[in-house]
Amino acid sequence: MIWEFNFALFLFLVICAIAAISVRNLLSAVVILGVYSLIMAVLWAEMQAVDVSFTEAAVGAGITTILFVAALSRTTRGSKD
Amino acid sequence: MKQDVVIRTVCRLVVPFIQLFALYVIIHGASSAGGGFQGGVIFASAFILVGIAFGIADARKRISEKMTVLFSACGLGIYAGIGILCIIFGGNFLGYSFLPLPFPVPEIRGLAAEAVEIGIGITVMAVMTSIFYDMAVDEEAA
Repeated sequence: MIWEFNFALFLFLVICAIAAISVRNLLSAVVILGVYSLIMAVLWAEMQAVDVSFTEAAVGAGITTILFVAALSRTTRGSKD
Repeated sequence: MKQDVVIRTVCRLVVPFIQLFALYVIIHGASSAGGGFQGGVIFASAFILVGIAFGIADARKRISEKMTVLFSACGLGIYAGIGILCIIFGGNFLGYSFLPLPFPVPEIRGLAAEAVEIGIGITVMAVMTSIFYDMAVDEEAA
């Protein structure tokens, strides 16, 4: 546990979370959510929870992103409001 | 739609390694990080990669919708079957030590846990692939 490293990761995490809900392009939001999941996976590994980290990397960063993109291909890219 | 030759070649090279890694994660799930769920997800991602690179029609040729239904039912059957077998031999649901196998109890536990993990992996692989089939748009049909 290196607290400077964790602090930087938390900072990136918060930035990614805010960016994912404030960005207008839906594809960008999906990609930022993938980055969020990846940072979260590294944080789980830092907290000695390797199993949870594994699940987060496989499901959160992998399958969820693909399913979001697949769902996005059935709708329009940008938000209308 | 014919994709780029680089994408097709890299996919064909990478898919067997993804599947091998998924099997490794499933088999070593009980003793180290990983398990049936994660391994199943990684295995499904191999099929999804084929679907992205070669088109959904090609992925459907390798594992059809009917096969995904069959696989998910089969994995659930393995899981529930082992659990109910334990009840039949006088234990609780998934109480592995009551299974009448000719091994010492810790080895029976390990074997039964691996079998249950394999069942979970098959189900998760089939369900994830079928969700992708349902959500993705077939470009050749559109």
